[in-house]
Amino acid sequence: MKSRPTSSLRALGGALLVSALALTACAPGSGTPSEEPTSGETITDVTTDIESLGDVELVVWDQEVRGSQNDALEALNAAFEDKYPNVTINRTSQANEDLQQQIALALGGDDVPDVVQVNNARGDMGQYVAAGQLADLTPYADAYGWTDRFPDSVLGKVRYSADGTTFGEGNLYGLPQTGEIVGIFYSQSKLDELGLEAPTTWDEYHAALDAALEAGELPMVLGNIDQWPALHVFGPLQANHVPADDIVALGMGNAGASWLDEGNVAAMEQFATWGAEGYFGSSPNGTDYDAAWADFTTGTGVFLPAGNWLGADMEAVMGEDLRFMAPPPGLDGQVATTGGTGIPFSVPANADNVAVAAAYIDFITTEEAMEIIAENGGMPVLNTADLAPESGVQNDIYTAFSTVSEEGTLLPYLDYATPTFADTAGQGLQEALDGQRTPEEVLQAFEDDYAAFTG
Amino acid sequence: MTTPPSRAEVRAPRRWGRPSAVAGSRAAPYLYLLPALVVYGAFMLYPLGRTISYSFYEWSGFGAATFVGLDNYTSLLGDRAFLAAIWHALVLIVFYSLLPLAVGLVLAAVLRRGQVRGLGIYRALIFLPQVIALVVVAVAWRQIYAPTGGLNSLLGLFGIDSDIGWLGSADFALSAVGVIGFWLETGLVMLLLLAGMTRIPGELYEAARLDGAGPVREFFAVTLPSVRGEIATALVLTIIAALKTFDLVYMTTRGGPGTATTVPAFEVFNRAFNHKQIGSAAAVAVVLTVLVFIINVFVSRVGEERRPR
Repeated sequence: MKSRPTSSLRALGGALLVSALALTACAPGSGTPSEEPTSGETITDVTTDIESLGDVELVVWDQEVRGSQNDALEALNAAFEDKYPNVTINRTSQANEDLQQQIALALGGDDVPDVVQVNNARGDMGQYVAAGQLADLTPYADAYGWTDRFPDSVLGKVRYSADGTTFGEGNLYGLPQTGEIVGIFYSQSKLDELGLEAPTTWDEYHAALDAALEAGELPMVLGNIDQWPALHVFGPLQANHVPADDIVALGMGNAGASWLDEGNVAAMEQFATWGAEGYFGSSPNGTDYDAAWADFTTGTGVFLPAGNWLGADMEAVMGEDLRFMAPPPGLDGQVATTGGTGIPFSVPANADNVAVAAAYIDFITTEEAMEIIAENGGMPVLNTADLAPESGVQNDIYTAFSTVSEEGTLLPYLDYATPTFADTAGQGLQEALDGQRTPEEVLQAFEDDYAAFTG
Repeated sequence: MTTPPSRAEVRAPRRWGRPSAVAGSRAAPYLYLLPALVVYGAFMLYPLGRTISYSFYEWSGFGAATFVGLDNYTSLLGDRAFLAAIWHALVLIVFYSLLPLAVGLVLAAVLRRGQVRGLGIYRALIFLPQVIALVVVAVAWRQIYAPTGGLNSLLGLFGIDSDIGWLGSADFALSAVGVIGFWLETGLVMLLLLAGMTRIPGELYEAARLDGAGPVREFFAVTLPSVRGEIATALVLTIIAALKTFDLVYMTTRGGPGTATTVPAFEVFNRAFNHKQIGSAAAVAVVLTVLVFIINVFVSRVGEERRPR
């Protein structure tokens, strides 16, 4: 008797599994409401008269969790609600990494936020555009005059063609509030000790690094255990060897460039040499990002290639000793460095209140909004030089940003390029740093990823 | 000489005394199982079926999907990242499973002999890693492995001058993650084995001793065969832990340096949420599930086969 229940239980389990399979046999995504790209359709009923819309709850998902950014957005939200008493903002704020993963899940459904911060990259915004999940804000850009407000170099970072194949031109899918620039932090007293001036050319920079190494100092600080920080070292270096236009094409995943040309090989070889000869210390790949810059504030290392977002925290420790510079002018005498915009605010295609969402995005990117952001310690993407603090490292940063964004080229983050490029680049640069693979092998992996995507 | 009572007679007065038609039917056992089966079906079988069906599509997680048959599986065969991940998982089995078993056996045997003072304290201390949240474990070990961290300081005490960032070294990173796993799993294995050992009748040891067996002989002749079942259980649990490792890798190395510490579960997460290749992620998940299943069927068969009964 013992075997009968067991075998029929097995049969039952099998039947359940089969029926579960049958239930799930339909194509994934076929049940989602927005199968047809909706962003291709032009929004026709553009309205900027928010008061006429009655009571509205505006659902906003943002990632401005850090102190200064949070303060600025809270102030702007309150001001928006004051301006339009019929609008209530329902805000959910969380760390960017969590937010980006939730967006991927949320945008497929019906219950979407009205405003959401979507990373510019191909792997994020690009994919949602291709799937028709973000609203094309071009009609509102015309209505509110956003194209006059923002320089083209900034808007390019939020433009895609309607099918998502071209990045940098086409429809408008969001607006950023803040700017970002990757450059080089240094300690003035450390340079004085070594008898050095802040370098103004790449040759001077290399000479300074050599002098630091000879003096037993750590030339450059890099905490690369999380893979992405190396991109912020390689990006500026690349600009010294590769024309800015090519880097833009490579970084935005548009066809027409190659990772295998001489310039890229030279840049990667230089990067590998830095790794092999200890310019980043014994073990950049085993060092924490946060630990690395914290050590820099207490006197470890001469230069710290990194993004402006570290400025405020490091200034709190180092004060006037902390300085920031854009990398020296690159190949064609032009300043070009990795940078761009803060995470842009976008509107899902299925949002309930597209008009209110657009009004909100307009409101948080006005000149007054830029002042509020600057007052709270963020770096506004517009009028940066005017709003710069009078002295200190923030003055260096604002000046560098406005020089690069207005006179030079803000190069895209390299991981914008393809959905998988963050991994390809992160892994490849780690492997180049510790010599696991040769510069040529690493570049071949980059090229494979880029070529597979651009076709 | 009882005459069979009519139906009405039985039913009316003794309502609860005899099974109703439903309870007496062959379906009854399954009705009892139904609530559990519904939950199991909804939360285990349905997701499993859904994952299998995803693995036949090319899909970015939203929008339309393309049916590609077995392409997701065949492309895994030449996938450097996937093959590396599988290999790493197999290496981690040594650290998560085999080493803890060896050390756990010795520890449990020593503790069972009971001559140790403060037995409970030792037991609790060795088991402690199991209790701590993995995120905390990972953060702590990241600091230990840092170039200026605890491990290098410790080596310095012995005159070994080292400034290696252990998690950032292509040669050491996987072993470094493995050591954390070893530290985690040893306590669990020991506790399981200890529970098994305390159930071994004292007469067996007495008999062994009368036959002139020393502690070592005693261990191999009596203790080891008696805990065969516990060993199998410990192996099953720890091998599963090794193969499905995700949080530890995610929190310590994110698969780096390069691809030195990627594991299958990390690949699943990365493909699904970062690369937005749901089909490929599902295929990796299915392969991982099958792998876990096969290895564990093998282990439990071996463990139970010659169990003395």
